Amino acid sequence: MSFDPNAFLIISTGSMIAISCGLLGVFLMLRKMAMTGDAISHAVLPGIVIAFMISGSRHGLAMVIGAGLVGIIATVFIEYLSNKVKLQSDASIGITFTSLFAIGIIMITFLANQIDLDQDCVLYGEIAYVPIDLWITGSGTIMGPRVTYLSLINLALVSLFIYLFFKELKISTFDKEFAATIGLSTVGVNYGLMGMVSYTTVSSFEAVGAILVVALMVVPPATAFLWTKNLKRLIQLTIILGILSSLLGYYLAFFLNSSIAGAMATVAGFFFFLSVILNRKQIPAIKKKLSKIKASNISI
Amino acid sequence: MEDFLYFFSFQDPNVLMVVIGISLLSISAAMVGTFTFLDKKALVGDAISHAVLPGVCLAFMFSGNKNPFWIVSGAFFTGGLCTYAITWISNYTKLKEDTVIASVLSIFFGVGIVMMTQLQQTGNASLSGLDHFIFGNAISIVRKDLWVYGFLALAIILSILFFYKEFKVMVFNRSFAESVGLPVKRLEFLFNSLMVLAVVTGIQAIGVVLMAALLITPAAAAKFWTDRLDKMLWIAVSFSLVSGITGAYISFVLPHMPTGPWVVIVLSLIAFLSFFFSIKKGILTKWIARRNYQRKIHSDHILKALFGAREKGKTDLSIESIFNNFPGKSFKTQYSINRLIDKKYIIDNQGNISLTKKGLTEAKRIVRLHRLWELYMTEYMNIAPDHVHDSAEKLEHIITPELEQKLDKNLNFPQADPHQSIIPRDQDKS
Repeated sequence: MSFDPNAFLIISTGSMIAISCGLLGVFLMLRKMAMTGDAISHAVLPGIVIAFMISGSRHGLAMVIGAGLVGIIATVFIEYLSNKVKLQSDASIGITFTSLFAIGIIMITFLANQIDLDQDCVLYGEIAYVPIDLWITGSGTIMGPRVTYLSLINLALVSLFIYLFFKELKISTFDKEFAATIGLSTVGVNYGLMGMVSYTTVSSFEAVGAILVVALMVVPPATAFLWTKNLKRLIQLTIILGILSSLLGYYLAFFLNSSIAGAMATVAGFFFFLSVILNRKQIPAIKKKLSKIKASNISI
Repeated sequence: MEDFLYFFSFQDPNVLMVVIGISLLSISAAMVGTFTFLDKKALVGDAISHAVLPGVCLAFMFSGNKNPFWIVSGAFFTGGLCTYAITWISNYTKLKEDTVIASVLSIFFGVGIVMMTQLQQTGNASLSGLDHFIFGNAISIVRKDLWVYGFLALAIILSILFFYKEFKVMVFNRSFAESVGLPVKRLEFLFNSLMVLAVVTGIQAIGVVLMAALLITPAAAAKFWTDRLDKMLWIAVSFSLVSGITGAYISFVLPHMPTGPWVVIVLSLIAFLSFFFSIKKGILTKWIARRNYQRKIHSDHILKALFGAREKGKTDLSIESIFNNFPGKSFKTQYSINRLIDKKYIIDNQGNISLTKKGLTEAKRIVRLHRLWELYMTEYMNIAPDHVHDSAEKLEHIITPELEQKLDKNLNFPQADPHQSIIPRDQDKS
């Protein structure tokens, strides 16, 4: 196959989004907040619409701020419902995100004729438009594909966040009480992470859609977790899986003539189920081997 | 208004049909949802509702049209597969259940999106309206669909009524259900099937993304009004019914509006009203009760201070000294003094406050309870006299007259507490 610059652009943009999502997803999964990530990705929708109404464009800072705020509000709300109202935590998550998502959809439908934002775009995203959606400066210079820049900035910010707060994230994830005793603000770390999740959802929703962001956030870390329990390895494996999902997803979508984001989720899912099956078969086999070794040691 | 009358007089057979359809669906979803909520499986419903999408698309691929029979079969197939996958992966790996649910949910939805976009590329005209399955449009339901969905909803409602007792035991006490020989595995399978079916019936009217709300929200709201399962079912069903019909009405008046989001908005509104204003557990109710209790405590403390002064031979206290007794609470103190004056427990005589006869009786009662409890703690629980004050400080406000009599009798009507203070009684002369 000859080198196709568009394919390269799409795959690299997809990879960057997948890596950003996966990096945050590792911590979400370890903090047992996978469903909170899902909830945020649905819940930022009204934030996106309001920011869109105010700023009049799909790009720019207003979007990030609007969605980031709504994302954090959703987190606060979920915690309020489960701690103060004493509602089961799963029901708190369910109620919060369905109501915010419903509000978002209704807003989009009301404004359907006025704004360039439709339900399809929100749901599936369209990464295939990356090469033709260009960033053009005021003076008319074409700077290249806009979404690629966005995902690059996103990746840089997420990596920076994790690099700077790696120790804090690690401690507050694995030992909350210890983190609190040494004076670490676990609440601050939590909202920082949720803020990053919201921001990543917004900056990637145009490319992969609000719901499929979750696939990239949860599935690669979950797959990696089946192979290793070491945090650094987990992160490395998640990155590799993210890139693979993007690469193979693109060709699967090309082959099936379908949504690239959906195909990325499908490939990630394929690795996930494969890992589950392999692990399930391997664990008894390894146990058998181990018990044999032990038995032979004793006999010697 | 005209629309309103037209819609709710049901003179249009199509409107009547839609209303019957959405009512049956709301009832069945709320019933199944109540059990899933109590079984803490609320998010499995969310996963199923996303997972029916590939099934719906598969049905299109095979049948080439929107035949409801195929749609239901396809949706049931992938919804069931998703439920099975969640249980299977949770059991055989070390992944936490929420990670498994989120993964399975997004993978199935991703596969669904792939199929759906692929179908849309084929340009088959009969596929228009495929996106109704994502957000739901009750008005697009036609007679043929209604028969299938209505029948399913009825079947769900009847099965739940029929197995009501069994499901109740299964949800509240699984080990008991096992010990009395109920086929828990088979019941669970039946229940999971009902859960998938409940989601499947809602896909056309409510849409796959928001169907989860119809399972979770009515039950969560109903839980705030009652602790009894039978009542909870009734309340959840009525909440769901009201929201379902309202949603259908709105998408009738504004035809381009999807039904699902409106049903969810009405439902959420009911739920939030329940969280705040329910008589039993609402936030507001609890807040008022707590505030009243704290006010009572504060008034009790003022009465006690006045009684203490009396024991030292002073018949009244200046307002300032009362304020000084409770530093930083002057606002609360002022309020309590006003209340006590209104209730004629105390009188304010030019800046000096003294107890009335009524107030004295009340003050005595509080001090008596305090001292009786202190004595009880030292006598019966062997707690050192210098450790009993804090507990008595709390209990003096809540000991009932019956309990007081019992304490008094068991302690043999004592004269003095562990600190040798006299336990005051109403017949004392003072």
